[in-house]
Amino acid sequence: MSPAAPRLDLDKAIGDPNTRIVVCCGSGGVGKTTTAAALAVRAAEAGRTVVVLTIDPARRLAQSMGLTALDNTPRVVTGIDTSAGGQLHAMMLDMKRTFDEVVLDHAAPGRAKAILENPFYQSLSSSFAGTQEYMAMEKLGQLRAQGTWDLIIVDTPPSRSALDFLDAPQRLGSFLDGRFIRILMGPARQGSRAYLKALGAGFGAFTGMLTKILGAQVLKDMQTFVAALDTMFGGFRERAETTYRLLQAPGTAFVVVAAPERDALREASYFVERLGEERMPLAGLVLNRVHTSAAPALSAERALVGAETLDESGEHTVAAGLLRLHADLMRLHTREQHLRGRFTAAHPKVPVVDVPAQPGDVHDLAGLRAIGAALAGQIQPSRPDKRKGPPARAG
Amino acid sequence: MASRESDWEGVRLHVVSGKGGTGKTTVAAALALALAGQGNRTLLVEVEARQGIAQLFDVPPLPYEERKVAVGPGGGDVFALAVDPEGALLEYLDMFYRLGRAGRGLRRLGAIDFATTIAPGMRDVLLTGKVYEAARRKKDGRPVYDAVVLDAPPTGRIARFLGVNAEVAGLAKVGPIRSQADSIMGLLSSPQTAVHLVTLLEEMPVQETCDAVEELTAAGLPVGGVIVNAVRAPLLKQADLTAAAKGKLDRDLVAAGLEAAGVAIRPGVVDALLAEGKDHAARVALEKSGRRTLKGLGLPTYELPLLAEGVDLGGLYALAEQLCRQGAA
Ligand SMILES: Nc1ncnc2c1ncn2[C@@H]1O[C@H](COP(=O)(O)OP(=O)(O)OP(=O)(O)O)[C@@H](O)[C@H]1O
Ligand SMILES: Nc1ncnc2c1ncn2[C@@H]1O[C@H](COP(=O)(O)OP(=O)(O)OP(=O)(O)O)[C@@H](O)[C@H]1O
Ligand SMILES: [Mg+2]
Ligand SMILES: [Mg+2]
Repeated sequence: MSPAAPRLDLDKAIGDPNTRIVVCCGSGGVGKTTTAAALAVRAAEAGRTVVVLTIDPARRLAQSMGLTALDNTPRVVTGIDTSAGGQLHAMMLDMKRTFDEVVLDHAAPGRAKAILENPFYQSLSSSFAGTQEYMAMEKLGQLRAQGTWDLIIVDTPPSRSALDFLDAPQRLGSFLDGRFIRILMGPARQGSRAYLKALGAGFGAFTGMLTKILGAQVLKDMQTFVAALDTMFGGFRERAETTYRLLQAPGTAFVVVAAPERDALREASYFVERLGEERMPLAGLVLNRVHTSAAPALSAERALVGAETLDESGEHTVAAGLLRLHADLMRLHTREQHLRGRFTAAHPKVPVVDVPAQPGDVHDLAGLRAIGAALAGQIQPSRPDKRKGPPARAG
Repeated sequence: MASRESDWEGVRLHVVSGKGGTGKTTVAAALALALAGQGNRTLLVEVEARQGIAQLFDVPPLPYEERKVAVGPGGGDVFALAVDPEGALLEYLDMFYRLGRAGRGLRRLGAIDFATTIAPGMRDVLLTGKVYEAARRKKDGRPVYDAVVLDAPPTGRIARFLGVNAEVAGLAKVGPIRSQADSIMGLLSSPQTAVHLVTLLEEMPVQETCDAVEELTAAGLPVGGVIVNAVRAPLLKQADLTAAAKGKLDRDLVAAGLEAAGVAIRPGVVDALLAEGKDHAARVALEKSGRRTLKGLGLPTYELPLLAEGVDLGGLYALAEQLCRQGAA
């Protein structure tokens, strides 16, 4: 096995009063929301005043945290042990509403209404790829500005690539502030003539095609939208950049979550490297849903040979079945450890903590506490879960 | 190949969706192989710019061009195509406007980016348009492909993806776009299309499958079959599972069994194996309830085994064989 990576101590991270923001990221389905919620519960019960911003939590988890009203503001979570003086608020991100709030706060009064009612705005604010990331950043900025909490824990949107969280907001920001949208507004605008000329028929063909595919009405809506948005130009990119800088500040800790699977760990690698490039503070890697056995000395091979011996005798079918189960578990364990080893060899300085796969989904406070204890390194993984199917759960 | 008659005679476009990570790409590839059957020609299409097909068939990344990637078990051909919205858009522009270099200028301006990632719905219009074109393409009066299999977006987005042309049709009241949108919707909502759903026997994927069936049905899109992927056979008999679940397996008997198996019994081994048995029983119970829920959907259901060594080309053929045998192809 490769050299042991340093162990990630998340209790230290969330216990440090200088830690003000924790961002949980990773590729799709690896356990970002679960980790964010578990850390939030743990930090609150350790005495901090915490708010957790979740994104699309599974229905039952949301219910257990009292997240039933979608009002885009944090609500107190009941059932938390507050004896250490802490408190937990939780909210689910409503991306359309957050977008509306940005418009209301920043557009000139007369314009805000026009924007909100614009059909193009309505589909942009509820379906554009990247809107969710942008609005998660936006909400983080708002929560931070509110100053009510001393620790903000942020979940990130389900996306294929963890990098989207860092890239999408700027993409949307520069699109909304960018030159293409200005050109769309028509040739009257300064500076766009040259482009149009250079493009010649191309641009006309393009708008012609947009009109054909989307319909003239949509294009018109789009132009009205852009015109109404005029007062906000510059604002979008600037806001995205402000939050981005917040993420580079020393009070922020990124927690990268991965499952012990090839794709998820590859994404985690990219992300870790990217954080380094951006000088964003990385706490470490949470390897979620690892499988272990309480009898690691019994190898898969020996267990299988034993099972075959029993098959021949035709007796002890239960023991034979258990040996086969054990062999499967050990093989899975070996494969996972191999993948883990590859990651730590490539990133020897990144602290890692293992969270064992639980026997079932995590959807109540007790389950979150168990994950929280594992995140703090307090549980020796011993409860193997053989429930999970294929080796990868990306997406 | 041992097979019964297909449950999907007459279907030409097989759309494969499911929760993320359940095996959509794997199942779509296996289905394309299975449908290639004896001497047929199938096209496997991906639309998410991930080069999943190339990885699976172990070929270099696919360009925006149809390429033969495999030979079906009975000798047919499997072609593959990775559609990307940008390619589809440039193709479209070129076809209708003979746009050469100006296309690249548009890209610099961010126009292509705009059209393919930002203008809501545009991307899906382009992608479904290309799928439609391939499914309908004819040469010498005969369809070029006997079947097209689409490795589609996940369940959360599938109804919207397939229904995008209905939205377009709603916006454009007349004209060529309207009739194009109508034709695409015509194919997608006809019995020539089937939307299959891949799931695992786990809580969330099963739930998403049920939600998707409801959504697709409401949108008038033809739901196909349910493909339960990565199924593992229980390793204990039912009675033993029941006992294991309650923690009531006979400890002494298991210890004696391990001894008879020649496994050196170290302290803790028996208890560790009993605990593993208990978790296994819990999982089997969860799977059982998942199966029951799926059965309630009343759809043709197929089961594919978990391939212990992961999915390689040989494994894909094994899965294709299963699909044929169970009547999915
Ligand atoms: N250690 C664990 N053991 C067992 N189940 C787990 C564990 N961690 C997470 N899960 C379950 O896995 C599923 C996915 O977890 P979660 O929703 O936290 O992932 P995510 O990364 O937020 O996904 P998405 O990318 O879709 O937002 C949930 O059903 C959750 O209960
Ligand atoms: N029957 C199977 N046995 C073993 N492994 C499998 C099986 N089916 C799929 N897998 C593995 O599970 C992982 C996910 O499969 P696949 O990529 O097909 O899922 P997907 O639904 O297309 O995922 P995504 O949502 O990311 O596109 C892959 O690593 C694949 O090799
Ligand atoms: Mg999540
Ligand atoms: Mg896929």
